[in-house]
Amino acid sequence: MSKDIKGSVMVVGGGIAGIQSALDLANSGFLVHMVEKSAAIGGVMSALDKTFPTNDCAM
Amino acid sequence: MESIEGDAGNFTVTVRERPRYVDMDKCIACGICAERCPRKVKDEYNQGLAKRKAIYVQYPQAVPLKYVIDADHCIYFKKKGRCRACEKYCPADAIDFTQKEKIHKIQVGSVVLSTGFKSFDPSGYDVFGYGSLPNVITSMEFERILSASGPFQGHLQRPSDDKPPQKIAWLQCVGSRDLHAGCHEYCSSVCCMYAIKEAVIAKEHAGGDLDTAIFFMDMRTPGKEFDKYYDRARDEVGVRFIRSRVHSIELAGHGSDDLRIIYMSEDGKLKKEIFNLVVLSTGLEISEDVRKLAQDLGIELDLHGFAKTSSFTPVATSRPGVFACGAFTGPKDIPQSVMEASAASSACAVLLADSRNTLTQEKTYPSEDPIIYEEPRIGVFVCHCGINIGGVVDVPAVRDYAETLPNVVYVADNMFTCSQDTQGLIRDAVKENRLNRVVVAACTPRTHEPLFQETIRDGGLNPYLFEFANIRDQDAWVHQKEPEKATEKAKDLVRMSVAKAALLEPIEPLLLGNRHEAMVVGGGAAGMIAALDLADQGLKTFIVEQKGKLGGNAKYVRKTWKGEDGRAFLADLIGRVQGHKQIEVLLDTKISHVSGFVGNFTTTVTTGSAEQELEHGIIILAVGAKPLKPDEYLYGQNERVMRWHELEELFEKEPERLEQAEAVAFIQCVGSREPERPYCSKFCCTSSLQQAIDFKTRKPDLNIYILYRDIRTYGQREELYRKARELGVIFIRYSLDKKPVVEETSVDGKDKLKITVKDHILGIPLELHVDYLNLATAIIARGEEELAKMLKVPLNEDGFFLEAHMKLRPVDFATDGIFVCGLAHYPKPLEESIVQAKAAAARAASVLIKESVEVEPTVSVVDQEKCIGCGLCEASCPFGAIHLVKVPGRGYRAENISALCKGCGICAAACPQKAIDMKHFRDRQIHAMIEAGGRR
Repeated sequence: MSKDIKGSVMVVGGGIAGIQSALDLANSGFLVHMVEKSAAIGGVMSALDKTFPTNDCAM
Repeated sequence: MESIEGDAGNFTVTVRERPRYVDMDKCIACGICAERCPRKVKDEYNQGLAKRKAIYVQYPQAVPLKYVIDADHCIYFKKKGRCRACEKYCPADAIDFTQKEKIHKIQVGSVVLSTGFKSFDPSGYDVFGYGSLPNVITSMEFERILSASGPFQGHLQRPSDDKPPQKIAWLQCVGSRDLHAGCHEYCSSVCCMYAIKEAVIAKEHAGGDLDTAIFFMDMRTPGKEFDKYYDRARDEVGVRFIRSRVHSIELAGHGSDDLRIIYMSEDGKLKKEIFNLVVLSTGLEISEDVRKLAQDLGIELDLHGFAKTSSFTPVATSRPGVFACGAFTGPKDIPQSVMEASAASSACAVLLADSRNTLTQEKTYPSEDPIIYEEPRIGVFVCHCGINIGGVVDVPAVRDYAETLPNVVYVADNMFTCSQDTQGLIRDAVKENRLNRVVVAACTPRTHEPLFQETIRDGGLNPYLFEFANIRDQDAWVHQKEPEKATEKAKDLVRMSVAKAALLEPIEPLLLGNRHEAMVVGGGAAGMIAALDLADQGLKTFIVEQKGKLGGNAKYVRKTWKGEDGRAFLADLIGRVQGHKQIEVLLDTKISHVSGFVGNFTTTVTTGSAEQELEHGIIILAVGAKPLKPDEYLYGQNERVMRWHELEELFEKEPERLEQAEAVAFIQCVGSREPERPYCSKFCCTSSLQQAIDFKTRKPDLNIYILYRDIRTYGQREELYRKARELGVIFIRYSLDKKPVVEETSVDGKDKLKITVKDHILGIPLELHVDYLNLATAIIARGEEELAKMLKVPLNEDGFFLEAHMKLRPVDFATDGIFVCGLAHYPKPLEESIVQAKAAAARAASVLIKESVEVEPTVSVVDQEKCIGCGLCEASCPFGAIHLVKVPGRGYRAENISALCKGCGICAAACPQKAIDMKHFRDRQIHAMIEAGGRR
């Protein structure tokens, strides 16, 4: 464990998990760097039509 | 991401940024570049079912909404500088072919790996015919076919001839639960549910005539509300479920593109059926790229390529300071991924707590423009929501109609009003047209109102100058078969919203002081983990436990399914909690009263006869659940019939009992998945299999029978199912209408139990003689109605706490500042309780660390001139949010306590003087809506 602790986090992957992590961290006072391989975040969930059990639009 | 150097708390991460060839600051996402680009490329986002250009955006709502050039296909890069059409036509001068790859070195305290999964690729497996038979598609392709923004704009059609299919089959476990080379042994956890969802949605798209059939081995729907969805799909929607093994798929012949599925039914008969379209329910796997990244970063993987984690630290990788969540740690669904994501953020926050707020800035908004006090100038934005609204309601007609309404000065229709670029359009429209009220006619305020409020706030307007017309959930969706009437209703709803919008007033935010202490209710594993994650961030935490000691149900976990020592873990956990300076444990303590709201709760607790008040900012509910005591299968009547951990405890205390036993049986789903309790208790299959493997390993000649309905060893737990079968454990399936019958008997003078059950493969009744029977009984809620009422949080039909949103807010409630985790939410294994507890801690910490909390300012207001001090409001308020105060010379007058007010309006309804009004829902605003509604 380093002595000089940085108040920032890198989140690798901008799917639903990465987005949630990034939001929670940012809302808790940490600077977040998000790294995503493709040209937009959203991951697989963005490509789903609807989600159960409410059949809400995944977007 | 290339590498991580340094130690936890201070890493230097090397990241390689690929050139976009589009200047992000200049691109306005107008799309002219893509229109002009001559190069068509297979669109990976649409699974190759459609084409995109070499310059493109992934999808209409992409974030960031900025175009990108695919250099692998762009003519400029392929043919040395030719073409440049995009550059020529771009009105923003955003194309930049000179961009180069950039290497960034970024210093961070920790890293979260949420690298996700890739879908199993079924090409090359003859049995499925994928690639050679055009109407065999993958589930991801089917998702895109169903999607309004997909290749066919949401019209259900098959690839070979674009015709709508009449019969669709889904094949489960494609690439999963399969020991063939290249396939995976594990269960992918999500395919059963998504196949059911796809079948249900397909039937919705196609109307009543579509036939849907799901070919499966075990139906694995163990999550919250999943079995109910399955039951509904089968019994109400009419999806067919065929328990089978698929042998092959072939062309139906006679020049048709239809497909014949040849399969073995459960009773061993070879059957055939013809379908127009076959969807392969492909599993989840870790890509080669991610495996390589993990190797480069020094992260250990399990043999399937998932990040190796312990059940007790489920988001920690083998490298300190590097955390993992989502499908990278195992195949899982969205809610579990979201929980793990929050859990990973909690783990980071614990590690980096001392450096919180050192690198961040508060978001600021432009100051509100005094224009809001002028005459109303309303902008109306009508959303197509792809085809969700646009497929039923005539959106342009609604837009044109809105333009004719009083005070409306601007109208627009948008494909997706929620997309990032539309937020920009709304902000611009506000500024350019000096709009001071905004109406969005779209999906539902439930999910999207906060987004639009934020948008207009960014545009300089008070967020309460916004009104939502719900034309999807309450119109397009419910009137799908009557498009004309739906359009008329959409106009009515827009007219009503516009009428209200004209009378909207800005409302000042309500900021209240915030307490930084937490109260965790329940001292089981979930409660203790949540408390530790908060306390380790320096946040004082009370644990309130009814019983005389900590531990809860976790004490029954001798070993986790991965083989870790549960008791050692629990002892260590209790030690850490008891020794923590920031945790105060209150045992034998009950909650008698809770008052207050997020940031300012006061809870009265009783320990014995002593009463005390705790003041705290948030509440985490971790009250657990309990196993059902059944009144069937001779439980409680014969000591050889046990439940859950009782049999392994018996064998532990009296090993000779195991030595002398000849046979034992387990019955699964005792009290679960029945009409009375239509949910799956989730971890009973894993638990029984674990015990069976343990007994069989210790005594190989012991006969073990597991009587089950579906074996639900989801995810990597499938390994246990394989192992149990290899060891010779015998699995016998029974159905709900033919439950096993248990009787007392004796064989050669020894007391035994006789179990009669109909075997589905042999089709005949079997008689089993066993020494012991262990029942996997339902996990049931503790009956927390009183607590739920006290906190005003909901329970579901089964008595478990009901979260704010099944998928995206799995530990929150609609009531701010209250969170749920562990068995109180739903039955789940220990590792998932730990994840959820850490997630609850993450969500709670984000509230607790703030100096003040912003509460909903839509509260009641009293006109003291009209008030006569009768006190009816005080008597009727369920929240104690309005009371009478003495006004010198005038007697008593009502006064609102904004912080406690929930804005329900009961006081306003009760007031005989009409002296009370609700901000944002004032009588005159609602009257205007009603009058507009009747005007047509």
